[in-house]
Amino acid sequence: MEITGELKTAREMGLVGCTRCTRVSPAGTARCPRCGSVLRSRDPMTLQKVWAWWLVGLGCYAPANLYPMLETRTMTGTQSDTIIGGAVDLAQHGNWGVAIIILIASVLIPVGKFVALAGLAIGVRRGPQLSDKRRHLLYEVVDYIGRWSMIDVFVVAILSSLVQLQALASITPGRASLFFALSVIFTMLSAQAFDSRLIWDTGRREDMPGRAGRADHRRREPTA
Amino acid sequence: MRHDKMTSSAGAHTAQPVADRLERLIACPVCDVVYTVPTVESQDRAVCARCHTVLIAPRRKAGKRLIALALTVLILIVAATVFPFLAIDARGLHRDASVLQTAFAFSGAMSVLSVAVLFFIVVIPATRLALLIYVLAPLIRDRPPARWAQQAFRLSEALIPWSMAEIFALGCAVALVKLSDLADVVFGPAAWLFAALVVIVVVTDRLMCRYSIWKSLEN
Repeated sequence: MEITGELKTAREMGLVGCTRCTRVSPAGTARCPRCGSVLRSRDPMTLQKVWAWWLVGLGCYAPANLYPMLETRTMTGTQSDTIIGGAVDLAQHGNWGVAIIILIASVLIPVGKFVALAGLAIGVRRGPQLSDKRRHLLYEVVDYIGRWSMIDVFVVAILSSLVQLQALASITPGRASLFFALSVIFTMLSAQAFDSRLIWDTGRREDMPGRAGRADHRRREPTA
Repeated sequence: MRHDKMTSSAGAHTAQPVADRLERLIACPVCDVVYTVPTVESQDRAVCARCHTVLIAPRRKAGKRLIALALTVLILIVAATVFPFLAIDARGLHRDASVLQTAFAFSGAMSVLSVAVLFFIVVIPATRLALLIYVLAPLIRDRPPARWAQQAFRLSEALIPWSMAEIFALGCAVALVKLSDLADVVFGPAAWLFAALVVIVVVTDRLMCRYSIWKSLEN
């Protein structure tokens, strides 16, 4: 990667950049003169907000796995499936491909999101284990994937509105779908609350919220 | 596509008035690096040298094309809401489902989800595009920005992550796969509308140059 000249952040230049419209204003300006957004060089509350949404999200993700996602009534009886139960059932019927896809989409990705968000937040506070670029990539992926998890809820809604075949078969949404939707919404809010500019501040101690002047040995060489 | 690497602003301090100088700077919204605004040709892009976020990507006649696309999507959303998108046949029984029926699949305490589903796939995408049209319409005719245009564009931008029509479209495909061994499943007219919608939403996002729109709203 070629970089022309030394890269300086708005904060280092005594300025504040607007995250909505990219306008630059002198530090201390309350609202962006171009778009009217509230200006903060770094959001001092960002980690609190991230952890608050993260905890609520995790709190909703647990019941989403314990309660049934779908209730299927057929002529042979009623069957309630949790997310993992449904995948195991498919695997036992030899449907390994679909079972693995469900496990990845509904278990691995949500759990991965929680781990990644926690890792990013801890990295800001404790000094990161990964390079800036890796953490930036992680943030981009979490931010991008977040909304796609809602697909599970949509599939449940589609199945239960479509499969209403009187005595033959009917599907009703289980309680887990509500918790799953809430969990997706809260993790999205958690990812949005994360101030991505903190990822790049690791070498600059005074930028960290809640920790002044610790761990100076982690100072990073400026990219030139 | 050519990538115009941005030059740093570090050496850009000259003896100009402060406000004027700030006018010519741009801060990366993702990593906070400041650059002097380069001249970016139509079809080119200015990309942050550190985190590779696209900062400026002007397109010729983007405003007119965006309005056309937004109107198309609005019409598609309304049509896709009322027509059935999937239909199943099993042992002589037939059943089809439209978005409206799907949204109301949840009942009782779960009806909160009905409202949420309806918002995510109909209300929020439609609102977002209506706001975009409201903001862009005066700009393409070289009129001053509409009243509350800044607030409208800010809201429209904030709604993007919550507008999930394209995710629902993929959900249709997943549901089709899941049901295929249980019954005969066929796509209804709305499924094709949703497929078109996914493509147009992607094109719309590629055409949007936020910097250019904010810049024209400022004047």
